[in-house]
Amino acid sequence: MIELDRAGRSFKVKRNVVHAVHDLSFTVAPGEFVGYLGPNGAGKSTTIKMLCGILTPTSGTVRVAGLDPSRKRTVVARRIGVVFGQRTTLWWDLPLKDSFELIRLLYKVDRKDFRVRLDELVETLDLSTFMKTPVRQLSLGQRMRGDLTAALLHAPEVLVLDEPTIGLDVVSKNSIRAFLQRVNAERGTTVLLTTHDLGDIERLCKRVMVIDHGRMQFDGTLDELMAGESSLEEVVTRLYTAGAQ
Amino acid sequence: MRIPAHGLLSCPHSPEVHTILLYARLVRYGFRKHATYVAAALAGAFTNSVFGILRAYVLIALWQARPGLAGYDVLDAVTFCFITQAFIGPMQLFGGGLTIPERIRSGDIALDLVRPASLQLCSLAEDLGRAGYLFVVRGLPPTILGALLFGITAPDNPGAFLVSFTLGVVVSFGWRYLVALSVCWLLDDRGTMAVSLVLTTFFSGMMLPLGIFPGFLGDLAAALPWAAMVQIPMDVYLGKADIWQALGVQALWVAVMLGLGALGTRLIRHRVVIQGG
Repeated sequence: MIELDRAGRSFKVKRNVVHAVHDLSFTVAPGEFVGYLGPNGAGKSTTIKMLCGILTPTSGTVRVAGLDPSRKRTVVARRIGVVFGQRTTLWWDLPLKDSFELIRLLYKVDRKDFRVRLDELVETLDLSTFMKTPVRQLSLGQRMRGDLTAALLHAPEVLVLDEPTIGLDVVSKNSIRAFLQRVNAERGTTVLLTTHDLGDIERLCKRVMVIDHGRMQFDGTLDELMAGESSLEEVVTRLYTAGAQ
Repeated sequence: MRIPAHGLLSCPHSPEVHTILLYARLVRYGFRKHATYVAAALAGAFTNSVFGILRAYVLIALWQARPGLAGYDVLDAVTFCFITQAFIGPMQLFGGGLTIPERIRSGDIALDLVRPASLQLCSLAEDLGRAGYLFVVRGLPPTILGALLFGITAPDNPGAFLVSFTLGVVVSFGWRYLVALSVCWLLDDRGTMAVSLVLTTFFSGMMLPLGIFPGFLGDLAAALPWAAMVQIPMDVYLGKADIWQALGVQALWVAVMLGLGALGTRLIRHRVVIQGG
């Protein structure tokens, strides 16, 4: 479903070339739920932006559902759902339900399919009490549930999440995690999850990839990553600091 | 590969219908968004009206000293004054009006670029909604005030004027969109905004009718895109231009501006430094 083959992205900063992502290769199979970890500035967001077709790789290839996102951006956009935890895709001054209607038109979703999906999402994510509230008045937890709904209304095959639980309280975090688990299990949606919250990883991901300095440091199951140790935090801290040296 | 629970997209509506509805909704969104901030619009209407009175007295003095200047009489000059004051809000003649610079700075532009729709056309639709609202709230007060205090002429051909005015708004959008995209290269739009302000107020006819400019300067000003924002719609209003030629020149600038904007949008896909996150 997601394939990177020696993908790289470099930026020119003044006269220096910075390799945000370097020779990165991995494959995510349909229906997998993969955690994507790395310290700040490791290249996670750059990877996500390449998957969405916002950034073109400077070397290697990126494929999502068999397509090159930078060449087939709009086709890929209809098959991928993206949530950036620190930003919102919703229209700031519109009530939530009007934002969803715009998303429907944007992704050309048939009205009947839209109705069924929206009803289901409103129920599972408990949105009904604030559907008429302008987005600027929503709490962070409510907004995040709105953003998740927006990302799923076109029934994408792949869901890419960039820190979806950032800043949320324990209850909101848990409801989002339970929801993601359901989406993956029931719809078979492939999920790539970037987070700094190791609780998200422990609860949701069987497979974990760790990158640092734009290169893959670890790719395996959560059990392999833990390798008999009890604290994920310690394991990850060791990996991050090893990469820095 | 498993199929999502509700199946792949099935669309009895043609994609074109969705697209038209989308842009129509975005026009309405632009209108409603600005309708939320009434106080700002009313303050703008007040300022535009008061400045209109000041400008009117200066222009009256000028035309009394030099009757027939630029082919206008005193009544034309006063009409020019108040109608151009009414243009300031809807045409956003002092620049800005788009959220793109802020979204590039904050990195939110990433979300706009993910969407399967044209960033430029979505922005244009929203901007037309904004212009529609400000046409009423900031356009009518100076016009009515001018009519009551000084007496101004009615448009020579109201239908042609409305078309010309709308084309003027689109040219203005095209220019402001290019200025907004410049943030991608400059990381800040204060410099380009300042340059744009000078160019727009001077070369659009906002400061003085372009017919006053002597020789070469006058020809140059008439040949630049800013003339399509204020001077040409005013010529149509006052009945001083060949309507088809005027609309043709504006349509040409619309095509050039939107073409450059489309090119700019493609460039930022490769160029944009998406901040943070």
